[in-house]
Amino acid sequence: MNTILALSQVVIKELYRRKDFYVLFVLTAIITLLMASANLFHDDKIVRYLKEICLLLIWLSGLVIAIGTAARQIPAERENRTIFPLLAKPVSRAQVVVGKFLGCWFACGVALVMFYLFLGLISGSREHEWPVLSYLQALWLQWVFIAVVIALVLLGSVIFAAPSSNGTISFVVVLGIWGLGRYLHQVALQQAEPIRTLLSVIYFLIPHLEWYDVRDLVVHSKGLVPWGYCALASLYGAAYTAFFLVATWLCFRRKALNK
Amino acid sequence: MFPAQGAEQVKKCSPYLGLVFLVTVCFTLATCLQCRPGQWTARAQSDNFLNVLLGDGRRMFANHFFVKADIYFHSGYYPSIFEQAARQSIDTKHMTEEPHDEKDEKEEHEHEQTMNFLGAPKDWIDRFGRHFYPSSHSHLEKPGDAREILPWLRLSADMDPERIETYTVAAFWLRKRLGKVDEAEQFLREGLRANPTSSEILFELGQLYFENRHDPVRARNLWELGLRRWQAQAETSQKPDDGMYLKLIINLAHLEEEQGDLRKTLYYRELEVKVSPQPIAVQKEIDELKQKLATPIVH
Repeated sequence: MNTILALSQVVIKELYRRKDFYVLFVLTAIITLLMASANLFHDDKIVRYLKEICLLLIWLSGLVIAIGTAARQIPAERENRTIFPLLAKPVSRAQVVVGKFLGCWFACGVALVMFYLFLGLISGSREHEWPVLSYLQALWLQWVFIAVVIALVLLGSVIFAAPSSNGTISFVVVLGIWGLGRYLHQVALQQAEPIRTLLSVIYFLIPHLEWYDVRDLVVHSKGLVPWGYCALASLYGAAYTAFFLVATWLCFRRKALNK
Repeated sequence: MFPAQGAEQVKKCSPYLGLVFLVTVCFTLATCLQCRPGQWTARAQSDNFLNVLLGDGRRMFANHFFVKADIYFHSGYYPSIFEQAARQSIDTKHMTEEPHDEKDEKEEHEHEQTMNFLGAPKDWIDRFGRHFYPSSHSHLEKPGDAREILPWLRLSADMDPERIETYTVAAFWLRKRLGKVDEAEQFLREGLRANPTSSEILFELGQLYFENRHDPVRARNLWELGLRRWQAQAETSQKPDDGMYLKLIINLAHLEEEQGDLRKTLYYRELEVKVSPQPIAVQKEIDELKQKLATPIVH
């Protein structure tokens, strides 16, 4: 466990040395503050549009940070040939995969906390309400979402040749599931065979990442998702994460590293 | 030796000549382009850079932002493009209806049916997923919540100043729910500048003067102007909204009755009876008015 945590600490240090997070955070802050400065019918209590824009930017930034960080972990180690001394420690390949995953996940968690703190401050200063539990739940669900995405991208990084192609393909796949996953069965029902069956199979196979997007509930102050459902969704996310990590390990354990 | 020196000199000078040439080109282009932005502004009938940049595409964005306002009106419960493809599209008329109005029950029922787009869950994923997004139909009821739809209406008006519904809907919420009469008037006047022939904006402005400013004289002037604009549009076969015509004459009749001018009231009621969906009730009022006018005033 110590080995895994040591590996993950390296990834976390890498995130705060790189500029990705700072750039995305500053961009999010500037866009949100610019929108907040707009004079809308002399009413300074209008807040939902700000929450919506800020949350959208947080989701996009979170996705970019997660995919960007996870996609280059294993390829960078191979390219710099640091994977050989690492595996000679001795560290098993399974520990490398889990360590890299945990590092990326914790690093994204830290970034998310910063983003949600900013959101809380901006919305709280306007509506003078502090729905802390609602933000915490949204943060947790987004973090579970990011866990699945990181595991998927790590799998991609041992399958695809370059981090760029892995990043692009993962981004398209995740955006596709996030945006269309919910409607796939509905679309399937309107199609003829065999597309109908094919779409239905895909619908039941894919991880339903759209569950973790509770932005509408936060923006429109619709209250919390019942905690039982939140726990079940977390278990569902953990199962898919474990599946992708095991698949990554299976691909990685027999992979030649000197090519 | 001599010609070689000359060639070297020419080579040395060429970057500077190139620089001078580029400066000349920049200056010429600047003088040519200087008058263009003025033409763009005139073409777009606006000083807004976005309008120049997006052209007619801004109407699409304006429509998107107007729908966004309707989504906020329903607190996020709104059909996606997939659900809208399977069912009839949402009518945004309900955005300007009072929650306790005596509405046409059929219309209300139709809206409820349209908004019941989710139906029964299709599978366990669908059933489970409904806990993570707004999945029940509701409208903004709290007076303060109304302000949340305004940013999208403001954006919609900026994108397409000729979209009349944006001004009337925003003004309705501003004056009825938020009590911001000055802002409502300012926004309506902005709309009127962009759409000088709009009877809808004139009607809404008249409402504002009659209900909020308690100024029946100005309200009358605005509604009469609205009526003339409507008639002018009808004469040029632009097919204006019949409902707006009915609203204008009903309001004018009501105003004249309140002001005690029974002849004018009778005139507007006679116009109303021709287009009213309930002509019998209007005819009864006309008969009563005629009786009152026939009765000599005893001093």
